[in-house]
Amino acid sequence: MTGLRAVGVLACLTLGASAATIVVRDPTLHPSIPWMLAWFAGALLLHDLVLFPLYAAVDRALVRLPTGPVPLVNHVRVPLLGAGLTLLVHLPGIIRQGGPVHLGATGLDQTPYLARWLWLVLAMAGASALLWVVRVTRRSVAGG
Amino acid sequence: MRIRWRSPIRGPWLTSVLGLVLLCSLPVVILTGLLDWVAYGPGQAIPADVGVLHLPLFDWPTRPSWLFRLTQGLHVGLGIVLVPVVLAKLWSVIPKLFTALPRNPVKAAERATLVLLVGGILFEIVTGLLNVQYDYVFGFSFYAAHYTGAWVFTAGLVLHVVLRFPAMVRGLRSRSFRGELRTPLAQTRPEPPADLVAPEPDRPTMSRRGALALVGGGSLLLAGLTVGQTLDGPLRATALLLPRGRTLPGDFPVNRTFAASRIDPAAVGSGWQLDLGSLQLTREQLAALPQHTAALPIACVEGWSTRQTWVGVRLRDLAALAGVPAPESALVTSVEEGPFARASLTRAQVLDPEALLALRVNGADLTPDHGFPARVVVPALPGVHCTKWVRAMEFRA
Ligand code: HEM
Repeated sequence: MTGLRAVGVLACLTLGASAATIVVRDPTLHPSIPWMLAWFAGALLLHDLVLFPLYAAVDRALVRLPTGPVPLVNHVRVPLLGAGLTLLVHLPGIIRQGGPVHLGATGLDQTPYLARWLWLVLAMAGASALLWVVRVTRRSVAGG
Repeated sequence: MRIRWRSPIRGPWLTSVLGLVLLCSLPVVILTGLLDWVAYGPGQAIPADVGVLHLPLFDWPTRPSWLFRLTQGLHVGLGIVLVPVVLAKLWSVIPKLFTALPRNPVKAAERATLVLLVGGILFEIVTGLLNVQYDYVFGFSFYAAHYTGAWVFTAGLVLHVVLRFPAMVRGLRSRSFRGELRTPLAQTRPEPPADLVAPEPDRPTMSRRGALALVGGGSLLLAGLTVGQTLDGPLRATALLLPRGRTLPGDFPVNRTFAASRIDPAAVGSGWQLDLGSLQLTREQLAALPQHTAALPIACVEGWSTRQTWVGVRLRDLAALAGVPAPESALVTSVEEGPFARASLTRAQVLDPEALLALRVNGADLTPDHGFPARVVVPALPGVHCTKWVRAMEFRA
């Protein structure tokens, strides 16, 4: 079993290394290699050592929210995650990075994205708050 | 340092469900990405020299005409939609990343391959997302990096699946999926002690079905914000946060404006002629040739697409005029200069009855942004090769 595993690991590393030769083979790419490696490692470290601790810490704060008859926690968690996810995925447009290329490619500037994202966040937060109010009201009607 | 993991729902079952979703969907993303490389056509893909690391080569077909619209739309669309699933999967296994490296060298090497897997997918997602939003902060060649990253990731993924498949099956069998869908928060208990299961968990604040709904909801949200870039009509605007949800009023998207092409307007003015080698044609002469209409998609390598009605001269008619009625290939050159200013078409792409040198679109002459005086449109051809502002076509026997 360990033998088989070793073969698998070796095959995997060989394939990974031969993939790396694609950038090694093209001399014009050589100056970029350190940057590619930095982005590769950066993506990993940023996720594990920044993004994860950050959202875990925020979540720790959220679970301390008042529980009451209808706990608030998921009504904050869900829109917050929606906001974070859309921010993460659409960051370039929202913070207006890459404007000249965007303009050259589409003929449009990046102005609308930030406001659109804020409206989207507002809509998600509003819907979640409304749902919470409805649940609280229902419960007090049922209970009272 | 000892971290107290708190989640009461983290455990093999949840990880296995997320793993299964990725196992079914990631191969589609990998395959459609590798197909994109093939679709560029012989000798034209970037990176050019990939050794043996490519799909078996074949001539990219012209039928169905929506083929590239589908494959590349799926690649980018599914790539975006899977972001929440990938993040959730990483969350579900993150305690493992903070455990000490095993002593056993094989196990340690196995752990090291996780760098290829996790680094690879994050790298692919980050570069892909930046690319489709025209943010080139990374400063290196997107194509070379994304292609290389794809194989690095695939290497990690294949090993991971081989090694973990049995554990995934065990995890899935450990609880009833239907049962979980019927289990509300009040009845949610931690999985039995195992790897990943927190020894001293907090009180649950979310059921397992709630967590799955949350991840699925995140994917649905992104899907809803992405499909628009492949639709025409009012629904296009639903891609609220993507460049391709927007168009100039009354227009459809382009991948390069006339202004960005830096073409001297005089070069596409009244003196413009199409150079066919053995003869030159003015735009009036082209317009006097038999015209054909085709409703064809422009499908960009960046995943967006749009179907429009083009009118122009069949490429095969032009080939016959040039004295090469049965060409093996055609080299199309643009007035523009730069990396995508020339494209080679295969025999089938020239001979397809709907392959056109278009002069008009949607009932009007092409605008400068859409390639006036003339542009190529070929069924299923990646948009990047539907050359605009065509200067010359060389049909090769
Ligand atoms: C598992 C993750 C992914 C893998 C394995 C993967 C793989 C690939 C491969 C092999 C190609 C062909 C590259 C070439 O022709 O040189 C490609 C192209 C592309 N991918 Fe991905 N990809 C992934 C995720 C993504 C994501 C998340 C996005 C964007 C949201 C994305 C956007 C693109 C784009 C825009 C291209 C077209 C490049 C071009 O031809 O101009 N990819 N991908």
